[in-house]
Amino acid sequence: MKWILKNARLFDPSRNLDIISDLLIENEKIAGIGKNLSIEGASVHDMTGKLAVPGMMDMHVHLREPGREDKETIETGCKAAAKGGFIAVACMPNTNPPLDDLSTLHYVLNKSRNAPVKVYPIACVSKGEKGEEISEMGKLAEEGAVGFSDDGKPVKTAELMRRAMEYSKMFDKVIIDHNEEETLAQGVMHEGYYSTLLGLKGIPSESETIAVARNIALAELTGGRYHAAHLSSAKSVDLIRKAKEKGVKVTAEVTIHHLLLTHESLITYDTNYKINPPLRTETDREALLKGLEDGTIDCIVSDHAPHTREEKEMEFDLAPFGISGVEILVPLLLSELITKEKLSLKRGVEALSLKPYQILGLKQPSIKENEPANLTILDLNASRIIKVSEFQSKGKNSPYDGKVVTGTPVMTVLNGERKT
Amino acid sequence: MTKDLLGLEETSEKEIRFFLDSTETFKEVLSRPIKKVPTLRGKTIVTLFYEPSTRTRMSFELAGKRMGADVSNIAVSGSSIEKGESLKDTIRTIEAMGTDLIIIRHGKAGAPHLAAKTTNACVINAGDGAHEHPTQGLLDLFTIQEKKGKIAGLHVLIVGDIAHSRVARSDIWGLTKMGAKVTVCGPPTLIPVEIAKMGVSVSYDLNSVLSSADVIYVLRLQLERQKKGLFPSIQEYIQYYAITKERLAQAKTDALIMHPGPMNIGLEITEEVAASIHSAIQEQVFNGVAIRMAVLNYLLGGKEHEVDS
Amino acid sequence: MNKAAAKSSTLVLDEERIQRTLSRIAHEILEYHKGTDNLAFIGIRTRGVFLSDRLAEEIEDLEKVRIPTGVLDITLYRDDLSLLSDFPVMKKTEIPYDVTGKKIILVDDVLYTGRTVRAAIDEILDLGRPLAIQLAVLIDRGHRELPFRADFIGKNLPTSLNEQVEVRLKECDPEEGVWIVKKGV
Repeated sequence: MKWILKNARLFDPSRNLDIISDLLIENEKIAGIGKNLSIEGASVHDMTGKLAVPGMMDMHVHLREPGREDKETIETGCKAAAKGGFIAVACMPNTNPPLDDLSTLHYVLNKSRNAPVKVYPIACVSKGEKGEEISEMGKLAEEGAVGFSDDGKPVKTAELMRRAMEYSKMFDKVIIDHNEEETLAQGVMHEGYYSTLLGLKGIPSESETIAVARNIALAELTGGRYHAAHLSSAKSVDLIRKAKEKGVKVTAEVTIHHLLLTHESLITYDTNYKINPPLRTETDREALLKGLEDGTIDCIVSDHAPHTREEKEMEFDLAPFGISGVEILVPLLLSELITKEKLSLKRGVEALSLKPYQILGLKQPSIKENEPANLTILDLNASRIIKVSEFQSKGKNSPYDGKVVTGTPVMTVLNGERKT
Repeated sequence: MTKDLLGLEETSEKEIRFFLDSTETFKEVLSRPIKKVPTLRGKTIVTLFYEPSTRTRMSFELAGKRMGADVSNIAVSGSSIEKGESLKDTIRTIEAMGTDLIIIRHGKAGAPHLAAKTTNACVINAGDGAHEHPTQGLLDLFTIQEKKGKIAGLHVLIVGDIAHSRVARSDIWGLTKMGAKVTVCGPPTLIPVEIAKMGVSVSYDLNSVLSSADVIYVLRLQLERQKKGLFPSIQEYIQYYAITKERLAQAKTDALIMHPGPMNIGLEITEEVAASIHSAIQEQVFNGVAIRMAVLNYLLGGKEHEVDS
Repeated sequence: MNKAAAKSSTLVLDEERIQRTLSRIAHEILEYHKGTDNLAFIGIRTRGVFLSDRLAEEIEDLEKVRIPTGVLDITLYRDDLSLLSDFPVMKKTEIPYDVTGKKIILVDDVLYTGRTVRAAIDEILDLGRPLAIQLAVLIDRGHRELPFRADFIGKNLPTSLNEQVEVRLKECDPEEGVWIVKKGV
């Protein structure tokens, strides 16, 4: 099958490519780039005004399967991701059972074989996420695990983290940590003025920074690769920046929510804003945005955390943490940050189209002839209303319901095949 | 105006003043031989208490009954709530039985907000976690005004576990809106972060702030806080923060002593202080019924028809 | 004075006629009760209070006895209460004597549907057990919805439903008199 994307703006920061051109896709590959391509038998899609970037990846999602298929399945989660403009996701292992052995790994890979996005499983650092013994990292890595994490929880002890970082060097895989000093993290929101006002137990920023500092020190000690999940505080950004300057092998991500929202949002006890790490102050939000722009923070993730309506419609203390976000990350990024010039388009695209692949040691998609055709196509001008009722995800837990966004993904192409 | 009373943070000074003024009306009713008016005849009120409380629940129940409403009480033990029914379902069930107003006490902050979003019935927060207890705040304001003749310009000292106190938060909002100066005093481990932004001063040294206080509001100390390591021992707490006869002697000669009850006599307050002429603790309890009648009247009192004669 | 009153109102009683009417009612009360024993007034807020005070003064002038007066606020007893504003002014009932055993004369300015009187009687009965309750009004304008009649009437004033009776007293209004005002003009 041959098809042509006509008159698209082709944007690939890895190659400094930014041209308006036609793009021919044939046999899973980008077969040609050029003005006024006209190939016999090719179907033509007019992409005037649209932006084509290397296929985007959300490297932090929770697909819930196996174990909590009432919240999400691999099928619904992948449909949601595709609709959200992604061609790939990396899924966290805190399922039931946790993804800490080959059988669960194979289960996820099999289940996602025909999904509209490529699913890259992240496996547990410790068996059963118990924080005791490291999992069989070698076997897991060989069979397709792209990284290791006990996400949902921190890697429990410094000793365990040290061993994991050391051992993972054999396969050059990254250890992703949910940075949290648990004894300081017994609350439900950021510790600050609003936790005082609302009478809710707070989680101080130091819960995160202590863990980030520990992990940086251990990465330095071991020479292993450490990726800091969902940073939430200004102090953590500073620590990562200094570590990178020193040459420590550290990378970092931030969720779209921490880039857009602060703890003030919790004023009505809306559990849709309850996430972990919690939304923090405006100072933190600005530091995260700055860190993303200057490259301290490598990528943006959704930390897609679908929950059932019943679970979220609870007393604030009892509701689970998380936002169902994989479908709205890109629209929010385009609408709230890129269009409003708070983040450059280049950094926005790098953070989703390039960096996640680099961090996980995957081949990054590229807009280049003879490369596999992996693309996300964006319309920066289309306006729409976010409606949770239209989510593909089973998780309708989103604080953005009813929000008007300008800019949205309109098409994804995975290995030459149109998925949305 | 809203259908609910969830906190004094969102209650305006005008509304607070209205509650305080109309409480006089209800105190007159309570002084009658027949302490009952038919204002809320035909209205159904449910008290839904997820935490045990004798005085607040009874105070609301009497307030409702003295206004002529039907009042039902649901306590957690022995109900379907313990079998795991969600708050939302419980509220919907109560509403389906024709309830006009739900009074909710809950250990989790924000639970009344969830209830209010779930139902068309009015919701009164009778205390939610460490958040607010607005009718306690109102009765404290009324008692201070009654005993002192004013609120504006007074210096109110709130002593004890501010971090976990919903009474402290409601009092702080109410008092600052009415123009009082508020100082909170307790060990740093029991003072929540950034509370000064609520418009109060913070002190860890009780002896240094006692002499300027017109009102000393003593909070109940929950003993389990000690087990969580927030202060080392009861004895040490008493040494630094208990309101004793000796400390009272350092205060103004007309200083008022208040406490939301129930008291730990011999802990945060001594028997002598609680029973002294400075104490307004009994008045607080008495005023509680009248202020709750005023609140019920405001939320439920006839609003449906036009006045015609 | 408001615009409607200036344009379409008819004066029915002026200040002097009101005073003479009250004087007559005072005489009727004394005549009916053959004296002042156990008599007590209760005025219904707002204007009934001033009328009951004036009646007590008239009787004091005649008999040299001050009949006790009390103030009744029926807000909590109304069946047609509504919001005049978000913050209806709440006032107290203030009756400085025990109503039990008294011959109560309830005083109001206008008798209309009878609902105010019903509320007032309910409230008085909650306060104690009077020997009797009688009703004195300055104006009876008809259109009763409940089976009440007044014992002492200043003036019967046949009205239509689109008319309004306005009683203004110098204690609380800029001028004194009774007007009939056409609604919707």
